[in-house]
Amino acid sequence: MSAKKKAADAAIVPVNGASAPARARVQKAYKNYVGGAFVRSESGRYFQVKDVAGDEPGLVENIALSSRKDGRDAVKAAHAAGAGWAGKTAYNRGQILYRLGEVMEARRAELASEIERGLGLARQEARDEVATSVDRVISFAGWADKYQSLLASSNPVAGPHFNFSVPEPMGVVAIVAPRRPSLLGLVSAILPVIVSGNTCVVLASEDDPRTAVTFCECLATSDLPGGVVNVLTGKVKEVAPHLARHMEVLALDLWLDDAELLKELETLAVATVKRVKKHAVAGIDFGDERLAGLASLTPFLETKTFWHPMGM
Amino acid sequence: MSNLVASAAGRVADRGPHIPPRTSPVDQIYVEERAAALGKRSIKKATKVAGLKLAVRMMDLTTLEGKDTPGKVRSLCAKALRPLEHDASVGPVGAVCVYPNMVPVAVDCLRGSGVHVASVATAFPSGLSPLPIKLDDVRRAVGFGADEIDMVIDRGAMLSGEYAKVYDEIVQTKEACGQAHLKVILETGELGSYDVVRHASDIAMAAGADFIKTSTGKVTPAATPPVTLVMLEAIRDHYYATGKRIGMKPAGGIRTAKQALHYLVLVKETLGDAWLTPELFRFGASTLLNDVLMQLEKERTQAYQGADYFSKE
Amino acid sequence: MTMQKTPRTKAQITPRPDAARPAGPALEFGDAWTYAPAPEARDHVKLKSRYDLFVDGRWQPAKKYFPTISPSTEEKLAEVAEASPEDVDRAVSAARRAYERVWSKMKPGERGKYIYRIARRIQEKSRELAVVESLDGGKPIKESRDVDVPISAAHFFYYAGWADKLAYAFPGAGARPLGVAGQVIPWNFPLLMAAWKIAPALACGNTVVLKPAETTPLTALLLAQICEEIDLPPGVVNIVTGAGATGSALVSHPGVDKVAFTGSTAVGKRIQQALAGTSKRLTLELGGKAANIVFADAALDQAVEGIISGIFFNQGHVCCAGSRLLVEESVHDLVVKKLRDRMMTLRVGDPLDKNTDVGAINSRMQLDKIKELVAAGEREGAERFSTPCALPQKGFWFSPTIFTGVTLSHRIAREESFGPVLSILTFRTPEEAIEKANNTFYGLSAGIWTDKGAKLFWLASRLKAGVVWGNTYNKFDPTSPFGGYKESGFGREGGRAGLAPYLEIDG
Repeated sequence: MSAKKKAADAAIVPVNGASAPARARVQKAYKNYVGGAFVRSESGRYFQVKDVAGDEPGLVENIALSSRKDGRDAVKAAHAAGAGWAGKTAYNRGQILYRLGEVMEARRAELASEIERGLGLARQEARDEVATSVDRVISFAGWADKYQSLLASSNPVAGPHFNFSVPEPMGVVAIVAPRRPSLLGLVSAILPVIVSGNTCVVLASEDDPRTAVTFCECLATSDLPGGVVNVLTGKVKEVAPHLARHMEVLALDLWLDDAELLKELETLAVATVKRVKKHAVAGIDFGDERLAGLASLTPFLETKTFWHPMGM
Repeated sequence: MSNLVASAAGRVADRGPHIPPRTSPVDQIYVEERAAALGKRSIKKATKVAGLKLAVRMMDLTTLEGKDTPGKVRSLCAKALRPLEHDASVGPVGAVCVYPNMVPVAVDCLRGSGVHVASVATAFPSGLSPLPIKLDDVRRAVGFGADEIDMVIDRGAMLSGEYAKVYDEIVQTKEACGQAHLKVILETGELGSYDVVRHASDIAMAAGADFIKTSTGKVTPAATPPVTLVMLEAIRDHYYATGKRIGMKPAGGIRTAKQALHYLVLVKETLGDAWLTPELFRFGASTLLNDVLMQLEKERTQAYQGADYFSKE
Repeated sequence: MTMQKTPRTKAQITPRPDAARPAGPALEFGDAWTYAPAPEARDHVKLKSRYDLFVDGRWQPAKKYFPTISPSTEEKLAEVAEASPEDVDRAVSAARRAYERVWSKMKPGERGKYIYRIARRIQEKSRELAVVESLDGGKPIKESRDVDVPISAAHFFYYAGWADKLAYAFPGAGARPLGVAGQVIPWNFPLLMAAWKIAPALACGNTVVLKPAETTPLTALLLAQICEEIDLPPGVVNIVTGAGATGSALVSHPGVDKVAFTGSTAVGKRIQQALAGTSKRLTLELGGKAANIVFADAALDQAVEGIISGIFFNQGHVCCAGSRLLVEESVHDLVVKKLRDRMMTLRVGDPLDKNTDVGAINSRMQLDKIKELVAAGEREGAERFSTPCALPQKGFWFSPTIFTGVTLSHRIAREESFGPVLSILTFRTPEEAIEKANNTFYGLSAGIWTDKGAKLFWLASRLKAGVVWGNTYNKFDPTSPFGGYKESGFGREGGRAGLAPYLEIDG
C-alpha cells in the first residue's frame, strides 16, 4: 500500500460499524463544454472512469457519453463563435490565450491531480506535463500576431498591380485529441487551431476525459469567448464520423493511430473536400517545442491573394 | 445614366443644376489595358484600305504655327481637297484647321468644296485671356467664315474647382459660335488624371459642345488611345442619358496610319457605327496625312513607299 | 454648314434582334467598318500524325491510340497514345529511378538551370505553342499568344530560381522533396496548367508523371519534346496521355508520393476518396462560382470590362470565372445596358483569327453541359440575352450569354457552367453583397468593383475566396498564390506558397 493510500485511510473513522470519511468530498460532475457552458450529453448517457492513482484510487466517476447530436450542437456553437473570434484583433487573441495560460498556471495542482488519477502518472511527471502545457499555451499565445508576417507575402507580379497574400483562418475544425498525454496533447492540438481565429470541436482523450473537462474550466474562466473551443467526451469512434461528414466543419485534425478509423474519417471528409491533417501520435515526442512551431498552424490556414491596380 | 448622375455624390458646390458633378471614376490601369487591347486588332487588306480612306475624310488637316503664311495655307487646302493626285476616291479631308487670321485664306480656297474651315479661338492655346477677348476671338473667326470653332477650356479653373467658370465659358463660347460647330479642347495633358478628363468631358457636353477634343497639340502628352477612350465613354454615357450624339476629336501626336486605325477601332468598339463618320469623329493632325497616303499606296502597289514621293505640304 | 447631327440611316432602322432590350438610346454595332479575317499562319506548325507516350526520356508506343480534334472545325489533328495501367506503372517507375538516382542528388542550382532551359524553349517556340493550343483547345489565338504561353514560360522561369533557395523559403524547416508527383490537369489551360504543375515540382526536387486532358494533349506533348531537346535527364518528366482511366491509374499508383489535380470538384472528390487512408500528399484546385461584385461608386466602364473578361475570357472555361455578377441595385439597369452593348462587340469565331474574342467550346460534351444549364436557367424564369452572332456550322459554339433576374436559388446561380454564361443578381447593401457572395460551397475567387478603398478592404477580408480581385479580374502571375477555399480545393499554386505542396517541412 502506498503512503498516499495510507494517508487517505487514516482519515476514515468507523461509524456504526461501517467506515466513512470524516467529511464527504464534494464530487464534481464532468460535463461537456459547449458554447461556453458545461452541459450534459443530450442523450443522457454516461460512461465511467476510474481513478488509477492519486488520493482515492478506485474512485469511479461518470462522464458524458456524447452523441451525434452533441456533435451537431458543438459545431453549431463553434460556427456561431467563428466570426467574433476571427474578427478580434490578433493582439486581442494573443492576450486572451495568454490569460488562459495564467488561469492554467493558477490551477496547476488541480490539472496535475487530474492527470495523475486519470492516467496513473507519477505526481512529478504529471506536474511536469502541466508545466509544459502551460508553457506551450504561452508559446502559442505569442504566435497570435506573428505568423501573419511570416506567411504573408508581397508578390511582385509583372504588371501595374499591388499583389499580396495573407493567411486567414478556415472556420470550424474538428479535432480528435491524442489519447495521451491527455493535457499536453490536448493543448498541442487545440492551440494551433484557435490561435489564428478558427474555432473547434474537440473529442477529448477517451483514456482521461476528466483532465480535458478541467482544462475547459480554465477556458471558461479565461476570457476566451464561448464556442471557440467545444470539448466533448465519449467515444471517438461514435462521434468523429458525424463531425467528419458535417458540412460546416472545414477541416479535420486527427491525432489518431487507428488506421481503419482514419480511413473512414478521411473518406467521409471527401463529401465537402475537407482539409485533413493526420498526426501519427505513436511517434510524437510531445515535449518537443517544434510542436509549437509555425508548421503547426499552417494546416488550418487558407491563403488569400489580393490584387489591385496601382494607378491614378 | 440619369440615376447614376442622380446618385453620385454631389461633392462639388456647383452654382447651377446643369453643371455635372464628378460622376463615374475612371480606373487608369484598366482603361489603359482596354485601349492597348484594342490596339492589337489586326487590320489588314480591305479593312485597312477602307479604314485609311475613312481616316482621310475624318482629318482636320492642321497648321498652327507662328510662321504660317497664306501660301502655306493655300497649299494645305490644295492637299485637303485632293490628297492623292491620281486617286479621287481618297479625300477630301474633313476640315482645314488654322489660326483666325488664316481663316479667310482657307475659306477662299475651300469655297463650295464641302471641306470645312475650322479655326482655333479663345486665346488658343492657353485660354488665359479675359473672357470678352476670347469671345471676340470666336466671333471674328466665325465672321471670317470659319464654320467650326476649336476652343480651349480654362484648365486652371478646372483644376482649382471652378467648374462653373469652365461651364459658363463654354456656354458663352457656344453662343458666340452662332451656327458654327463648337469643339471643346480639354487639353488632357494638363488635367493630371483620367478622372478630371472625364469630369471636364461631362461639363463640356452639358455646356453645349458639339465635339470634345483632347489637345491643342502644343502640350505633351497630347492625344493618347486611353484618354480618347475615356472621352468616348463619356460621350457614350451622355448619349445613353440624352440621346444626343457628341463628336470626338483626338488631336496631337497622331502621326502614323497604324495609330489612326487604332483610334478607329476605339470608336467602332466603344460607340459603334453611328460615330464612324466625319460628322462625329475627326483627327486633328498635321503630319498624319502623308503616312496614311503612303500606306494606301503601299496597299495599292504592294511596294513599301518612300517619304519623298509625297509632298510635305 | 453641312455637319449633320442626324444619324446615318442604317443606324436608325436596324433593330436589335431581342425584344427585351433596355430602354433608351441604343448603340449600333453593325458593319459600317468590318474587320477582314486575320488568321494566324499555321503552316509553320508541324504536328506529327501520331504521338506516343513520353516515358523515361523516350517516346514509347502504347497499345491503343485516340484522336484529338480541333473543337472549332472537328478536324482530326493527331492520334495520341492511350496509356494503360502498365504504361502508367512504367512511367512511375521511370520517375522513381530518376528521382533516386539523378534528380534528388543533383545540386539544386543545376536543377534550376534545366528548368530555366524549359522556360527559354517555351519562349522560343511561343508562336508554335500558341497556334497548337488554339487548334487543339479552341481558345482565341490572342489569349494563347498573350496569356497561356507567356505565363507558362514565366512560371518555369520563376520556379527555376527557387530551386537553390528552398532553405530561404522555409528557414530552419529542413525542406526536402517528396518523391514522385502524379499530376492530372484539365483542358482549359493545357500548357499553362502543365507549367503550374511541373515547374514547382521540379524546382523542389521531385520528378513528375503528368497526364494532360484527353481533349487537349498536344501542347503537353510539345512540352515533352522540349524536355527532350533540353536534355532533361530521362524520367524526370514523363507525359502519359489518356482519359479518366489513365488518370485514375496514375493517382492510385502506390509509387506516387504526391498527387496534384486541377479539374472539376466531382473528379477532385473521387481522387480525395482514392487517397483516403494513404500517406500520399494531395492538392486540389477545383471548381468555382465566383461573385463579381459591382458597386454604384465603381468605375463602371472598367467594371464592365472586368465583367466581360471575368466571364468570357477563354469562353468561360475558367475555374475562377466571375460567373455570378452581383450588382448594386441602383446601377443594375445601367450596368446591364453597358454590358449588353459591350457584348455586341465580342467577336465569336475562328480561334486562329487574331481578332477573335471568344473561341470554340472545348468539346461537344462541354457544349451539351452548357446548353443543359442554360435551358434550366430559362425554365427557372431568368431572362436570357445571347449575342446574335453568326456561329460556324462545324465545331462546338455557344454565344456569349447573360441572364438577368436571377435569384440565388436558381441552378444558374449555384452550379458552375464552365461556359460563357453569366448570371446577374442584385444587392442593396455591402452586407447583403457579402452574404450572397459567400452563399456557395465554392470559394475560389471573387471580384470587387468600388472606388472606395475602405469598403474594398472590408469586403476583401470577408470574402471566403482564395483569390480576390479588386477593380480587376482574371489576372494571373507565377509569383501570386492561387487556390481555393471550401469545395474549390486546397493547396496553393504560385509564389512561395506554391512550393509547400511539393516539400516535406519540419517545424
